[in-house]
Amino acid sequence: MTVYFLCVVLLTMGLYCLVAKKNIVKKIIGIVIMDYAVNLYLIIVGYKTGGVAPIIEPDMPVATLERFVDPLPQAMVLTSIVIGLGVLSLMVAMCVRLYEKHGTFDMSVISKLRG
Amino acid sequence: MNPLPLYVAIPLGAAFLIPLLGLWWKKSGETLASLFTLILAIMAVLQVSRPAAVYHMGGWAPPVGIALVSDGLSTLLLIAINVVGFLCIIFSIKYMQRYTGLNKYYSLFMLMVAGMNGVVVSGDLFNLYVFLEVASIASYALVAFGVGAEELEAGFKYLILGSVASVMLLFGIGTVYAVTGTLNMADVAREIAMRFGGEMNPALLLAGAFFLMGFGLKAALVPFHAWLPDAHPSAPAPISAMLSGVVIKSLGIYAICRVFFNVYGIAAGGAGAVIFANAMIAFALLSIIVGGILAIGQWDYKRLLAYSSIGQIGYVMLGIGVGARVLATGGQLSIAGLAILGGLFHMFNHVAFKSLLFLSSGAIQHATGTRDMKQLGGLREKMPVTAFTTNMAALSIAGVPPFSGFWSKLVILVATIKAGHTAVAVVAIVFAFVTLVYCIKVQREILYGTVSKLVEKAREVPALMYVPLILLAIACVGFGLLYPVVGVYILEPARDALMNGAEYIQLVLG
Repeated sequence: MTVYFLCVVLLTMGLYCLVAKKNIVKKIIGIVIMDYAVNLYLIIVGYKTGGVAPIIEPDMPVATLERFVDPLPQAMVLTSIVIGLGVLSLMVAMCVRLYEKHGTFDMSVISKLRG
Repeated sequence: MNPLPLYVAIPLGAAFLIPLLGLWWKKSGETLASLFTLILAIMAVLQVSRPAAVYHMGGWAPPVGIALVSDGLSTLLLIAINVVGFLCIIFSIKYMQRYTGLNKYYSLFMLMVAGMNGVVVSGDLFNLYVFLEVASIASYALVAFGVGAEELEAGFKYLILGSVASVMLLFGIGTVYAVTGTLNMADVAREIAMRFGGEMNPALLLAGAFFLMGFGLKAALVPFHAWLPDAHPSAPAPISAMLSGVVIKSLGIYAICRVFFNVYGIAAGGAGAVIFANAMIAFALLSIIVGGILAIGQWDYKRLLAYSSIGQIGYVMLGIGVGARVLATGGQLSIAGLAILGGLFHMFNHVAFKSLLFLSSGAIQHATGTRDMKQLGGLREKMPVTAFTTNMAALSIAGVPPFSGFWSKLVILVATIKAGHTAVAVVAIVFAFVTLVYCIKVQREILYGTVSKLVEKAREVPALMYVPLILLAIACVGFGLLYPVVGVYILEPARDALMNGAEYIQLVLG
């Protein structure tokens, strides 16, 4: 239970970083922390103490079959990491362009739109 | 042969082919994009005649493999996405000539269409998330396509908020997987129904809250709407039309409907269902109020339309939310059906008139070089076709009979009153008049009045730009007058798909 709780703490830390920091690079770091918190959460969902790789071979004892870890969350995390990388590269590219336009990373200086 | 995988494969293939052929063939973008979107649009319209179907990817039957599912609701969204996509591409050919890197634009556009088609045909929660990300990433890049200071800021803002939504969605999906041990939507629905029997367990409640927030942000419901009024005006006009016309609906409204009606089984009742239905109605009312009030004060034409989108999405959500509440509290099925039908009908109409309005804003900007309403006026004399079609859309969105917007709002309001939410209905009626106010403002400041200096020099846009406007204007009138056809073949199957959650399980798992 504690690990799940710590996961949510990590997620909240990322969210705090995103909301409270003015520097857009730090905002991006906040997003990445949130991303990793969710990845960690997915891994914990599929975690098993003393688990083994889920590869079925003929004549496998039932005891081993029961120790198989769930491979699906791992596949999900891999996909999620790749998506996260794509989003991160787009964020950094936009961040560089914003710096070229304004000469600063400070969102309060850049911000002109009212929402 | 089942055409479902083609809805994803064709635009995805085109997205890779366009920049590749673009190395040797400069016009590969517009040629291939218009060709492929035309094929997709025809396929989507023909989809109406097909019965609900399931495609097993790689031959693995669900719940092990990933399934693609087309039922009434998917078909409704497929038609909207692909037809509007085709019209926007046709509009782009002339409009986008002032930009550079056009092959990248068409490539991203096709990627966005692939993602949205994927979201609406996917039968698997994680697969839905992946397609949602594909569509979102393409739309972030397209919003910032102009790479001016304003575009970049709007794009960055959209990107940050969209990423938060994605993180929340993944958290929700992870939680659902932890509780039910499966990701296939029909299988999740069956597990929830069997294990909890309509009684909501706390983990699912948390996941549902994450889903409502994540999809609500993509749909720009009010507490999560901050990105939309910046992103829509900053994007090139055809992209604004796509974003407002179909992206917020396929990534937002469709996903909310699918998750809460077919996966969570809101019709089965239980404590959680009423909470979610109430939240939907609350968000809907907030959207109607905030969107309506803020739209009146805008002088930037596209920004006004963006706020109007928020308000109109509120009406769609109101219909769906009232339907969900009636189902969850065990009310009359006929009232729930009416409310959901109204919501879906308004969504379908909104696709037509909001795409039309954003495309017309592009045409006006193309001809006069501005979208500041103070500098426009008397467009009726200089650009008759654009002005006439804009007028039709404005009347339709304002809810003037016999245009389509009137009938859908009427259905939503009647269902809301019948369900016993008179106070909610009164607010919705008051803000229907607010809609009328800002539509009259559009007519007064842009279409009628004295001819301004900028409009003096304007000429009618080329045929490739006004033909999509005319087609969408015909749709605005047609959906209202030909309701018997549209209703029976498109809307009622979609409503039935939402109302009968159990049929979805039957369809996918057999």
